Amino acid sequence: MIGQIANRLILSVPVLFGVLLLGFLLLQLVPGDPAVVIAGPAAPPEVLDAIRQEMGLDQPVMVQFWNYLARVASGDMGRSLISNKTVLSELGGAIIPTVELMVACLFWSIPLGIGMGTVAAVKRGSIADRIVMALSVGGVSLPIFFICLLAIQFLGVYWPIFPFIGRGGPVWTYDGFMHIVLPAVSLGLIFIGPVARMTRSSVLEVLKLDHVRTARAKGLSERAVILRHALRNALIPVVTLVGLQAGYLLGGAIVTETIFSWPGIGRLAVGAILSSDFPVAQGTILVLALAFIVINLIVDVLYALLDPRVQG
Amino acid sequence: MSETATQAPPATAAATDDVLLDVRDLKVHFDTEAGTFRAVDGVSFSVKRGKTLGIVGESGCGKSVTSSGIMRLVPMPPGRFAGGEVMFDGRDLLKLSEKEMRGMRGGRIGMIFQEPMTALNPVYRIGDQIIESLRVHSGLGRAAARRRAIELLDLVRLPSPEKRVDDFPHQLSGGQRQRVMIALALANDPELLIADEPTTALDVTIQAQILELMRDLSARTGAAIVLITHDLGVVAETCDDVVVMYAGRVVERAPVAALFAAPQHPYTIGLMAAVPRLDIQSDRLETIPGSVPPPYAKIDGCRFASRCPVATDQCRAELPPLRELAPGHSVACWRAPLEDVA
Ligand SMILES: Nc1ncnc2c1ncn2[C@@H]1O[C@H](COP(=O)(O)OP(=O)(O)OP(=O)(O)O)[C@@H](O)[C@H]1O
Ligand code: SF4
Ligand SMILES: [Mg+2]
Repeated sequence: MIGQIANRLILSVPVLFGVLLLGFLLLQLVPGDPAVVIAGPAAPPEVLDAIRQEMGLDQPVMVQFWNYLARVASGDMGRSLISNKTVLSELGGAIIPTVELMVACLFWSIPLGIGMGTVAAVKRGSIADRIVMALSVGGVSLPIFFICLLAIQFLGVYWPIFPFIGRGGPVWTYDGFMHIVLPAVSLGLIFIGPVARMTRSSVLEVLKLDHVRTARAKGLSERAVILRHALRNALIPVVTLVGLQAGYLLGGAIVTETIFSWPGIGRLAVGAILSSDFPVAQGTILVLALAFIVINLIVDVLYALLDPRVQG
Repeated sequence: MSETATQAPPATAAATDDVLLDVRDLKVHFDTEAGTFRAVDGVSFSVKRGKTLGIVGESGCGKSVTSSGIMRLVPMPPGRFAGGEVMFDGRDLLKLSEKEMRGMRGGRIGMIFQEPMTALNPVYRIGDQIIESLRVHSGLGRAAARRRAIELLDLVRLPSPEKRVDDFPHQLSGGQRQRVMIALALANDPELLIADEPTTALDVTIQAQILELMRDLSARTGAAIVLITHDLGVVAETCDDVVVMYAGRVVERAPVAALFAAPQHPYTIGLMAAVPRLDIQSDRLETIPGSVPPPYAKIDGCRFASRCPVATDQCRAELPPLRELAPGHSVACWRAPLEDVA
């Protein structure tokens, strides 16, 4: 298991490198000149040239990238062109809200999705099954921004129950909790459908297996058969699915944070790109890539915990 | 309806104390889109305490459905009990509440399946799977249940049981897993052990060891065994009584010696010819030509008629009842005894 994690980490180095390079190149395509951003649109050309030279922007792209890597490796990610704060402190302030949002989203959507999928599988063909399947198809086919807007429209404006702008503080405070409800619900909704469907089909598969028959032949109650012998095994593909959807989740988080003005990495990334704040934009790309790697590591660990055949 | 023609009264009409399991006219049907499929259609047999009953027959004849019917483990729907009784120690299992039935499963009746590779849950340690059964039925504490699990693994001769108890199924070979299944089935000292082709998936040498183990353990614990197999050699070596099934019905039922000495049903005779044996002359039916009638076909007469070399018009028109020809030896064939036929 340790070896596996180490393996995964080693493999993630080239991935990280590739993501950074790609991000760097893509940012070159974004219209906007960092020198103009710093000096302002009215600055004379000599000043802009001087700034470019000082920042190394006159160098070839690959040299710039190499210099950037070298600086990141030494822990210096530069400063925001807009706020002049270090990128590290900008990222640091945004990571906690994003992690909070993700955890809040997964915290309710994964168990609910698994529960719905299990009920649907056990009561296959019933009304409950049909409702679950219809809801999950709906959840998959609605785009995330639309879900966010619906949530704001109904639970924020029409019935003004929950605030929908910004973060109210740490999640355990009343204000913090109320503020996170709408973004966490919206982001979670896109997750429930796939999780419920995967759980349903996985439980149905497992219920056909021989070891479930053995569990029944032991005299276990139907409840124990389903929870201990069907669901536990059925969760293995569900965990895989959640891992595969990590990118989807991160993408959804960017949209959700932007719509709800949630001060996380996603909103920071969008803001930085829109204002040509390249050091911050590049920093958020690095964080998102790392997040992807971490999620997959967690999935690996869960996988090994759920399935003893994986170890060894 | 001629199909429901009564079979002979159960061999145990004078229900004696030594009969543990008495299956009477059991019918398990499946309602499928293509129609009603009578997988088990009026099966009767009985098992005496401490004795071994073999059930033989070709693939698909309803052996597994019969055994899972006894355990009430047939998926319903599509399955359904269309009639009959399963008397176990004087009580009809089909009339028990689900809760009472759970007490029987794994408690007074243990079951072993054909596929040791998949019959154990891959995500739990084998010890925990045995412990689970012990705790459900006997309410043992964890530590006591664990000690008992190790004892059981020792009983089925799994090497170094105190270490293997913490193994996962994938760390064991097929034969070892089948030993674990036997330990699991025997965990709560059942009076009846149902083994559905317990050795079919194993190597020949392992097969012999597992059968030997089952014989030995049943002799030691006094458990009766229902052994399902399609191997007549296994029956000859292991069983006291035999039931031969064909297309969901019992065609012959006899003590093992009587069956091998004087098989009466043309299908049984065909089966024996298909098994190369030195002590049985094989100059009659080398193989059985033809195949089992399609499951949904409505057949009024003998279901074996299309393959039977001695079938008559009566055979095709009327279902032969199970008749007792000699004490304990019953046959469902119009032309039995066959002495005068050949
Ligand atoms: N759930 C089910 N739905 C429909 N038909 C079924 C179901 N289970 C079993 N059957 C049918 O019942 C018939 C008897 O099956 P069974 O498994 O008892 O055969 P078997 O004698 O055990 O054969 P084998 O030697 O291959 O194990 C088969 O034709 C099978 O297709
Ligand atoms: S009843 Fe007739 S067809 Fe059936 S086995 Fe006997 S002889 Fe053959
Ligand atoms: Mg079978």
